[in-house]
Amino acid sequence: MKTNRSNRRALSWRALSWRALSWRAALLAAAVAGAAFQGGVVLAATKASTADHAKFKELQQGFASGPEVTRACLICHTEAAKQVHKTKHWTWEFLNPENGQKLGKKNVINNFCISIPSNYPFCTSCHVGYGWKDANFDFTAEENVDCLVCHDTTGSYRKLPGLAGHPPYQDTEIPPGSGKFAKAVDLTKVAQKVGKTSRDTCGACHFFGGGGDGVKHGDMDSSLAAPDKALDVHMDATGLDFTCGTCHRTASHDVPGSRYTPVARDTEGAHIPGRQDDSLPATCPACHGQVPHKGGGHAAKLNDHVDVVACQTCHIPQIARGGVATKMSWDWSTAGQMGPDGKPMLKKDEAGRVIYDSKKGDFVLGENVVPEYRWFNGEVTYTLLGDRVDQGEGVTRINRLGGSASDGRSLIWPMKVFVGVQPYDPVNHTLVTPHTAGNDDTAYWKNFGWEKAIKTGMQVSGAPFSGQVDFVRTEMSWPITHMVAPKEDAVRCGECHMKGGRLEKVGGVYIPGRDANPLIDLVGWLMAGGALLGALVHGGLRIVRRNG
Amino acid sequence: MERIYIFKRFERFWHWSQALLIILMMVTGFEIHGSWSLLGYGDASELHTSAAWALIALWLFAIFWHFTTGEWRQYIPTTENLVAMLRYYLSGIFTHAPHPFHPTRLTKHNPLQRLAYLGVKLMINPLIWLSGLAYLYYNEINAAGFGLDLGLVAMLHTIGAFLMLAFLVVHVYVITTGDTWSSQLKAMITGWEEIEDPQEGVKP
Repeated sequence: MKTNRSNRRALSWRALSWRALSWRAALLAAAVAGAAFQGGVVLAATKASTADHAKFKELQQGFASGPEVTRACLICHTEAAKQVHKTKHWTWEFLNPENGQKLGKKNVINNFCISIPSNYPFCTSCHVGYGWKDANFDFTAEENVDCLVCHDTTGSYRKLPGLAGHPPYQDTEIPPGSGKFAKAVDLTKVAQKVGKTSRDTCGACHFFGGGGDGVKHGDMDSSLAAPDKALDVHMDATGLDFTCGTCHRTASHDVPGSRYTPVARDTEGAHIPGRQDDSLPATCPACHGQVPHKGGGHAAKLNDHVDVVACQTCHIPQIARGGVATKMSWDWSTAGQMGPDGKPMLKKDEAGRVIYDSKKGDFVLGENVVPEYRWFNGEVTYTLLGDRVDQGEGVTRINRLGGSASDGRSLIWPMKVFVGVQPYDPVNHTLVTPHTAGNDDTAYWKNFGWEKAIKTGMQVSGAPFSGQVDFVRTEMSWPITHMVAPKEDAVRCGECHMKGGRLEKVGGVYIPGRDANPLIDLVGWLMAGGALLGALVHGGLRIVRRNG
Repeated sequence: MERIYIFKRFERFWHWSQALLIILMMVTGFEIHGSWSLLGYGDASELHTSAAWALIALWLFAIFWHFTTGEWRQYIPTTENLVAMLRYYLSGIFTHAPHPFHPTRLTKHNPLQRLAYLGVKLMINPLIWLSGLAYLYYNEINAAGFGLDLGLVAMLHTIGAFLMLAFLVVHVYVITTGDTWSSQLKAMITGWEEIEDPQEGVKP
């Protein structure tokens, strides 16, 4: 069985789910035989549901569309759509209660694909709904909820860019004119095999944020579909085999964990069933508690760090460790250059990764990237459409993270700091929301004209646009929390306790090995050196005078 | 020429194990401080802490020994011969002048030694130990409500370390100024010191 599982690593993640099924069946059999112990971990037979959806009459029919499937689901799961309607996964909107900012995918601007409003049919291929093609989407329709995208276990369900959240109901050429066809999805089969969410279902969107595998996060990419222990000690497919939902323990379809109001410092103890506990279940202390290192001596000294350093800082030594590169920077200002044939082109690096795309500009990619480190207290403030932006004022922070050594709520966190150069309106001094994707006359990716694309986009956003376009440097910080390495790969003490180490730029804290009072060092060494010199002179004189 | 038994077995054990531990702590301590890199920070830190506990244990025994044997009196400062000793180190030693001090079992240390060792015991050691324990239990102390600044604790500990280093350098040199270059070293190894002209030497 072990060999069988190791082989999974070699498979591409999309192909995985098929294998995973037969593999789970094998597991179940083993569990029944009482042989499901491996490395002290009970590989649960709990994956077996009490319901076989293939036996439900409601699902034994042909479905012409996603919403038809949803109507069938809702016959039994009467409250499911109402629950989903309340979540960020559905609304793409979030009101930050701390600073009143209106956030959510619908509203924020980033320095990857920039913004959503004029590009709905493409962006909403990652929406948990059907048919969000423009601002008139009906958020109250229960049948518009897409159950399958999260609950598919077959790996065959796929939503395509441009279809506004629908999967292909016929074989569809994607992208149009490419000669590559995506097969029509077999809705009946998918519906009859629904199950719990998995790394594959969450990953179908979250691994591909920013427009491609690993682009956005750095700590989330397709290598986490079936990671080994070195890549993620919890998700290790042949070990603990956590799914996303193991930590993001979800109730009523509301998935805990947020990039808008993250918990930077969880001061609660480990969660224990039966005890009143309202804190977030997705933090490290939620399981490991506030005294995570067991034992005295060295372990105790490590535990002394928990009020200063986030677990992630030591336990995620690098990001993008699974063989998938993450984007470190994106320069939109160089987009629009055509190849020798006058057509849009791609440039690739030696590893075959795209580093220039006429539609998007230049990229810098990184693997095994050492994160940057900052104090972080969980407060995130976005630069939103309408907020003042000026080229002359240095780098614009897409999101500003709160935190300091002294506020009592911050820890030192690892960050992927993503650098962008993106269009802005130099007259109105605002970021802009270009219309990038589409088959119309203004979409940038078809027409390669910024003015038209931004005019259309800003109209949809309801924001003024002067007609002038310039580019501004931007920066976005992504707190890192996935790809937790085994403890033997954790960051060594001396990587921070040194001059010029990982935490060189983190202020407000005395770090032994990095910090010292230079005056005391100078006086101290002069004193010791002076004593030595005095001894040498005195001893030398004794030798000379006594022997002489 | 006469031999007197100056340093008893425990005293010698205490001295040499203390010397070893202090040198070990110098090496690891200055690595923790960032002055050099030998073992790696983590190992240096662990070794430094273990050595600290060993030294604390040794010290508890030594303090007990000093008080039960009355040896603590060896460190009572005196001005007798103090000026003579200073004059000897500054000039007499270069001209074969007779040593103004001759150790006995009741007064092992010359007046300068008494002052130096008393200084170590009453100033440098307490500074190092208090700041070191504060360094070690910084989190617990602050959890108990004290607003201790780690930078300040580290600074005091570093001052203590430099004072100890200076003492060590001077000490290692000054023990060559006995009747012969090595008579004091030999005494600390064997317990016996050879005296050229004993005045009140008492046989063991």
